[in-house]
Amino acid sequence: MTAMKIGVLAVQGAFAEHVDVLRRVGVDGVEVRLPSDLEGICGLILPGGESTAMRKLIDRWGLRPPILDLLAHGTPVFGTCAGMILLARHILDGDAPVFPVLDVDIKRNAFGRQLDSFETDLHVPLLGDLPVHGVFIRAPVVARVGPTVEVLSRLDDGRVVAVREGNVLATAFHPELAGETRFHRLLVAMAADHAEPGAVSGRRLRPSRHRTLPGMTAIPADPAPRTRTGPTAEAEGRAAS
Amino acid sequence: MSTETSTWATKKGLAQMLKGGVIMDVVTAEHAKIAEDAGACAVMALERVPADIRAAGGVARMSDPALIEAIMHAVTIPVMAKARIGHFVEAQILEALGVDYIDESEVLTPADEAFHIDKHQFKVPFVCGCRDLGEALRRIAEGAAMIRTKGEAGTGNIVEAVRHIRAVQSGIRALTAKREDELFTAAKELQAPYELVAEVARTGRLPVVNFVAGGISTPADAALAMQLGAEGVFVGSGIFKSDDPARMARAIVQATTHYDDPRILAEVSKGLGAPMRGIELGTIAEADRLAVRGW
Repeated sequence: MTAMKIGVLAVQGAFAEHVDVLRRVGVDGVEVRLPSDLEGICGLILPGGESTAMRKLIDRWGLRPPILDLLAHGTPVFGTCAGMILLARHILDGDAPVFPVLDVDIKRNAFGRQLDSFETDLHVPLLGDLPVHGVFIRAPVVARVGPTVEVLSRLDDGRVVAVREGNVLATAFHPELAGETRFHRLLVAMAADHAEPGAVSGRRLRPSRHRTLPGMTAIPADPAPRTRTGPTAEAEGRAAS
Repeated sequence: MSTETSTWATKKGLAQMLKGGVIMDVVTAEHAKIAEDAGACAVMALERVPADIRAAGGVARMSDPALIEAIMHAVTIPVMAKARIGHFVEAQILEALGVDYIDESEVLTPADEAFHIDKHQFKVPFVCGCRDLGEALRRIAEGAAMIRTKGEAGTGNIVEAVRHIRAVQSGIRALTAKREDELFTAAKELQAPYELVAEVARTGRLPVVNFVAGGISTPADAALAMQLGAEGVFVGSGIFKSDDPARMARAIVQATTHYDDPRILAEVSKGLGAPMRGIELGTIAEADRLAVRGW
């Protein structure tokens, strides 16, 4: 098998951050702006950004049919924040769905405006004991979860912020802004298994419907210390000013 | 588990979400809808676009909060608003309104000729203008979570924007080539905190997102800014002073995404009607230039 390529939708938003995380986990991230950029990719990331802007750019250059086609064939996909909105079957404020492959209702800007953006630690049992640091920026929330959707994480108040359904993975927060690599490694493992079924799980599974990947249940902790750029950078700025 | 709002990561992070996008000046809720429909990633709520501020003269201040609120209600994308340089009470009012970002902007008449706003004291994030790397780092030290090069607003002339983004980018490249013991003097010369200078030297980039502003009025202008290293663009007068604002807005959004693909740039530049007329910089007296405000 040749080196794995993961596409990162790059029409608008924080796509460069995802390409950086992919580089850290040893995978080529390919920026996707046109249908031809999807050639040869094994998985896809839909990044954070403004979903209203992204949906227009997706349609202007004909990206919707080829991406829907990839998803229909079970190509693994990971959506963060706006990317999660793009994957939802139903968006509560009335926006039409874009890639309706995830059986959830999504509420956009569920926590309010920018002043309500926040950081918190989350339990994501699928990724092991070490908490995931969640950065939520004008974030959406999963308001309804379909019967075949696996809830990966909730806030303390019970609201659902990370889900998986088959090969569709989505988070309301931004692992790519917190030095977190485990979601990306999970996507890469799903992509490897999809490209070459059995290579990871040891047995052939229906590509778009496997609920757990036995090889991936205990993903090793991120070796790099988590960078919380905020306090440090702010402290530096203050100390120096 | 503990939850913290308005952290540095969330302030800087919102700007990261705006990257590759176009932030458009709007003066009414209807304009805001046109901008959102065209694919703007955020809007800047203003009473007058810079070209009209320039024409009107007098003192330019923060917009009417009622207007800003009407725009906030009209769209779901982030809404920014401008406060005068140093006018921390205008900033407090904008924070109370709940805007998503404050632009401490030279387009308005400065309220303080010695001190910019201490932006660390606010929960709302700030974007500030700069003409070179030192100015960018001084603003970041004061708490700006996003930077934009100033250009010369309201002129429809890209020349100053080009000068400023080149100055920032070449300033960064020069730092990355320095020995560590040279960075102390570099900090002195840049009049910027050593820690930030050292960080830029190490990473080869600003610690926050940098957009280009001031004079962008065509898709080609937006793509030029992007190819020179902008992470996104602000378009002020360039959209609503053009013949067909909705069309121009869509084209500039497309050009910002596909800034590196001349065939697409040719396609989106076709038949847009006249862009804003624009002003040759040489005809603007030094005293009437906006970019020199701030330090």
